[in-house]
Amino acid sequence: MTTQAHKDEPALLIFGCPEVPVQAAIGLYLAGRLAEDSYDVLSAGNPSVLALLRVSDWRRHYIGRTIDLDRCIGEVSEKKRDAALCVVFAHNDAGISYAATMRYLLPEARLVVIVFGRNAEELAAGVEFPCEKVMEKAVHNPGKLKKGIDEVFGWRASTS
Amino acid sequence: MACIDELNPEVLLRGASFAECRALVEKRCREVYYVDPGYAIFDTHLIGVPPIAVGVEEDTFIILPYTKPCYGTFLIRVPGGEEVERLRRKGRRRP
Repeated sequence: MTTQAHKDEPALLIFGCPEVPVQAAIGLYLAGRLAEDSYDVLSAGNPSVLALLRVSDWRRHYIGRTIDLDRCIGEVSEKKRDAALCVVFAHNDAGISYAATMRYLLPEARLVVIVFGRNAEELAAGVEFPCEKVMEKAVHNPGKLKKGIDEVFGWRASTS
Repeated sequence: MACIDELNPEVLLRGASFAECRALVEKRCREVYYVDPGYAIFDTHLIGVPPIAVGVEEDTFIILPYTKPCYGTFLIRVPGGEEVERLRRKGRRRP
């Protein structure tokens, strides 16, 4: 079901290194669901992440528009790009640094940090800036992480 | 604008946390400036938890954290060129 509640509001997905398998699955899911909620979704990542997403979703049913991560950070820093919602994937310290950066650059945006991977608990403890957190020690199986995301975005009832 | 990778950076810390980078810059450099995430330097925008500590050494070298998604954060030392004066103008002396 499509909702118009967020009609064309910009949503920015910041992807981390693609070495943890759940990220691509959750990223495609999130991009699709946010688009269904009428967000204008833009996914930012390094060339490897974007290639994984584009190959997995070769008809672009879910992923929508993409942008190189460095370019995206530059455009947001220079106030050429804004977002009402920003979701950051973090499975290492670099991911937390990117999330902290987005918090600073987009102070008015809703920021959701998805902390996952083997060190999720330790990483999540280091998130000391205002945001919503979804934390799960997921590496290969995205099931529990998806449940957490569904709760944060109010999708739980429609997908359970 | 110079590309950091082409400046032959000396790696001082590898896979470091933002806190470790800040601590080493403050310990090692007599001249420390604090900037915010997104600060443009060379061909990049700095990533990290604010405030980000950037050091100047020997009047010509800049020590800064450099984050890549797959490799984490490096603390690197590079020839600063024009960025030294720019940092002195734009950076803050206190966190």
